[in-house]
Amino acid sequence: MPRSVQTGEYHMRFSGLRILREGVSGNKGWGPHWRDPEPKAEYDAIIIGGGGHGLATAYYLAKNHGMTNIAVLEKGYLGGGNVGRNTTIVRANYMLEGNSQFYSHSLKLWEGMEQDLNYNTMLSQRGHLMLCHSDGQRDAYARRGNMMISQGDDAELLDPAGVRRLIPYLDFENTRFPIYGGLLHRRAGSARHDAVAWGYARGADQRGVDLIQQCEVTGIDIENGQVRGVQTTRGAIRAKKVGIVVAGRSGQVAAMAGMRLPIESHVLQAFVTEGLKPIIDHVVSFGMGHFYISQSDKGGLVFGGDLDFYASYAQRGNMPMMEHVMEAGMTLMPMIGKARVLRSWGGIMDMTPDGSPMIDKTDTQGLFVNCGWCYGGFKAVPGSGYSFAHLMATGHHHEPAEKFRLDRFRTGFGLMDEEATGAQHNLH
Amino acid sequence: MRINCPICGSRERREFYYQGAALARPAPDAGEAAWDDYMHLRDNPAGETRDMWCHEGGCGAWIVVTRNTVTHDVVSTALATDARTVLA
Repeated sequence: MPRSVQTGEYHMRFSGLRILREGVSGNKGWGPHWRDPEPKAEYDAIIIGGGGHGLATAYYLAKNHGMTNIAVLEKGYLGGGNVGRNTTIVRANYMLEGNSQFYSHSLKLWEGMEQDLNYNTMLSQRGHLMLCHSDGQRDAYARRGNMMISQGDDAELLDPAGVRRLIPYLDFENTRFPIYGGLLHRRAGSARHDAVAWGYARGADQRGVDLIQQCEVTGIDIENGQVRGVQTTRGAIRAKKVGIVVAGRSGQVAAMAGMRLPIESHVLQAFVTEGLKPIIDHVVSFGMGHFYISQSDKGGLVFGGDLDFYASYAQRGNMPMMEHVMEAGMTLMPMIGKARVLRSWGGIMDMTPDGSPMIDKTDTQGLFVNCGWCYGGFKAVPGSGYSFAHLMATGHHHEPAEKFRLDRFRTGFGLMDEEATGAQHNLH
Repeated sequence: MRINCPICGSRERREFYYQGAALARPAPDAGEAAWDDYMHLRDNPAGETRDMWCHEGGCGAWIVVTRNTVTHDVVSTALATDARTVLA
């Protein structure tokens, strides 16, 4: 929207009535969603990173804990990182203690998010179906489904006829990978990724949080083991508490505090086709090759696969993984073969050895980290912000995220290796 | 991405298995901190890095690859046996 059109007031409440009124009055009343403040010299807390997790943290710090004298520092623009580059899947089909309760909590927050934020994040609980292609895999899905139900979430094990009723267009009789059934998680789905970042940004701004863009943190000030503030490209800012929420850049920012993290940054690619008529009504994932797909509200088929499997900050991948993803897609649903791929891109994934994240304190008093979301950070945005805000405000771990400890690799206690491939870099 | 195998020459990325950061292995009795460091903690640089690749679709050699994580340029490669003194 051109700036000249933004004549309306800040912090207006959105409603159907408002849309009607703006529609008949030339849409002149819409205001900017947040302010563009100058950084103050001191805040009670600073969040480094204006992505989904950082903005959600700021929102819940203000809303749940009354901490409004805080700032989010973003080196680029709000929501310009992974929250704007992912494949927008929301689900809670985790199995292991630690992950299970966290993602369950996060999905519940998703379900109330639009009302809470007064923002249309276009959550669409269209269901997520994981397909199985062998007896062993079906047994594993039955177990996973039971774990999801015992966590209080939903899961249904479908036989091939059940999958066929729901999704008739798959290659059921595939010679190598016939479809044995699937695990359906109806409350899963997708959301408008940018809107999630914007909704949390607006909600935080409304409560007085300063969202400061084009402000790169260049140093973290520590005295006698206590954090004092940060150095930035827009000057020094003092704060008693600092939270690092920078996903793929965690290694560099942690290094400013003299820390090394159990994180290796990898590239994950995603793809989108030209817009098509509605054809794929669910999120569907292949069980015998890393491939998952959904259709955006604009009509594009959005799909992805596995990491490229080498450390990278390039935000673009290479051909071998692109080829694998396309092959897997064609194996599962040959009907998509004529759709033309419009774009592909890559994001920087903060991979941990066991594939699970960290929300924890550090050895420096007042310095907290929230990182290691690997390739699954989007669905975690509300839960991560909620739990990280709790930790930063109270100094105590929030129960659903209390297992996300930094020291679990050193001690070997409490590892959450959802894929059971081993708690080692390059295996997730 | 192409990687120059010191034995086979320039080959495409598909022929190689990626293991991770090229680090010197601590002594067995080096203690918990040294092993935690080796196993888990990473510099994770945005820029030049050195990592271990195996030419599994070729000669099977382990190779230390110096490359740029931002541009994907491969700067140089060396057999891991030759690089051991450098890593130590």
